[in-house]
Amino acid sequence: MNPLTKTSWSPYLVGVGIGVLSWFSFATVDRQLGITTAFEYSAALTEQATAPQVVKPYLEAKAKDGKTPKIDWEWMLVLGVFIGAYASSKMSGDRAPEEKVPPLWRWRFGDSPGLRYAGAFFGGIIMMLGARIAQGCTSGHAISGILQLALSSWIFAPVMGVTGMAVAFLIYGKEGRRHV
Amino acid sequence: MIDPGKAVKETSAPPPTVPAGKKLVAAIIFGTAFGFLLQKGGVGKYNVLIGQLLLQDFTVAKVMMTAIVVGMIGVFTLHHFAKVNLDIHPTRIGAQIIGGMLFGVGFALIAYCPGTGAAALGQGSWDVLFGMAGLVAGSYLFAEMSGWLKRTVETWGDKGKVMLPDLLHIPRGVFVPAFALLLIAALFAIERFSTR
Repeated sequence: MNPLTKTSWSPYLVGVGIGVLSWFSFATVDRQLGITTAFEYSAALTEQATAPQVVKPYLEAKAKDGKTPKIDWEWMLVLGVFIGAYASSKMSGDRAPEEKVPPLWRWRFGDSPGLRYAGAFFGGIIMMLGARIAQGCTSGHAISGILQLALSSWIFAPVMGVTGMAVAFLIYGKEGRRHV
Repeated sequence: MIDPGKAVKETSAPPPTVPAGKKLVAAIIFGTAFGFLLQKGGVGKYNVLIGQLLLQDFTVAKVMMTAIVVGMIGVFTLHHFAKVNLDIHPTRIGAQIIGGMLFGVGFALIAYCPGTGAAALGQGSWDVLFGMAGLVAGSYLFAEMSGWLKRTVETWGDKGKVMLPDLLHIPRGVFVPAFALLLIAALFAIERFSTR
């Protein structure tokens, strides 16, 4: 059977693939695999166009670090992730189910899509605020930073993991484990 | 204490001179491969991601730990032979603790992170669109607060670029294989004691 049309691959195979990908990204473009910067820059560019006064101190600080926001490497990386996941799910037919609310969420909060959307939006705000303060996310810190043995990531990743688990248990409880 | 300036040894690898256009094409190719792998691994799925936080489904841990073992061994080998530069983010203890906590809270709510979110969107999980709007709004909020954060949180425990082996005075040639073995042992334990 063609592996490309399979619904899922072994997590170990996927992990090896991502690890090898990180070699190539370091070796060919001198960058690690990171995602969050794209979102930060998108927001900064929008803000530059709409409220230049407000964003000025931020942009000045960034320019000092030699990191002026622009559509670049990370942005294209995010676009690629979208394309790759689209291609993979189309080839295997493993598209997301039509239902608007994930089953686990529905079990806990009912089937109102609005509530799920509000939760995702609010969660997104807190997540990105955390990612920007810590300067990295699951890709930049928890994979790329951990594998480079950067102390910054070795602080971020365990704190993130433990907090995430604690809040997940607060939200869903032990009972929730039977619904995943 | 270690001197942050000396903690990270510069490599002799000259930064590759890749033209901007080629770099963007490379980014698309790497991103596409990354997204393909994330989707095939199932880590763009709500249940898998929350299942990991609830310690019921260990797919995310398996993918990440394997990627770390493989990535680390390769990157440090290449670095040893001066083929690559490391890209170490500065340690700011306060920022990484507070940022990590906020990220964790957000993670439990949205389930997708920025990378797996892009993969979730690719496979058609539309609820992630609202999460992504939140991510952009969060970036906006960060930019607003960045002046204040620079004066406060980012100055707390600002240590510069620090790597674990230097901090612990363990040679990299010992630390890297030891950590790899530890992760592999952990993967065997997961395989032994978890169902998924």
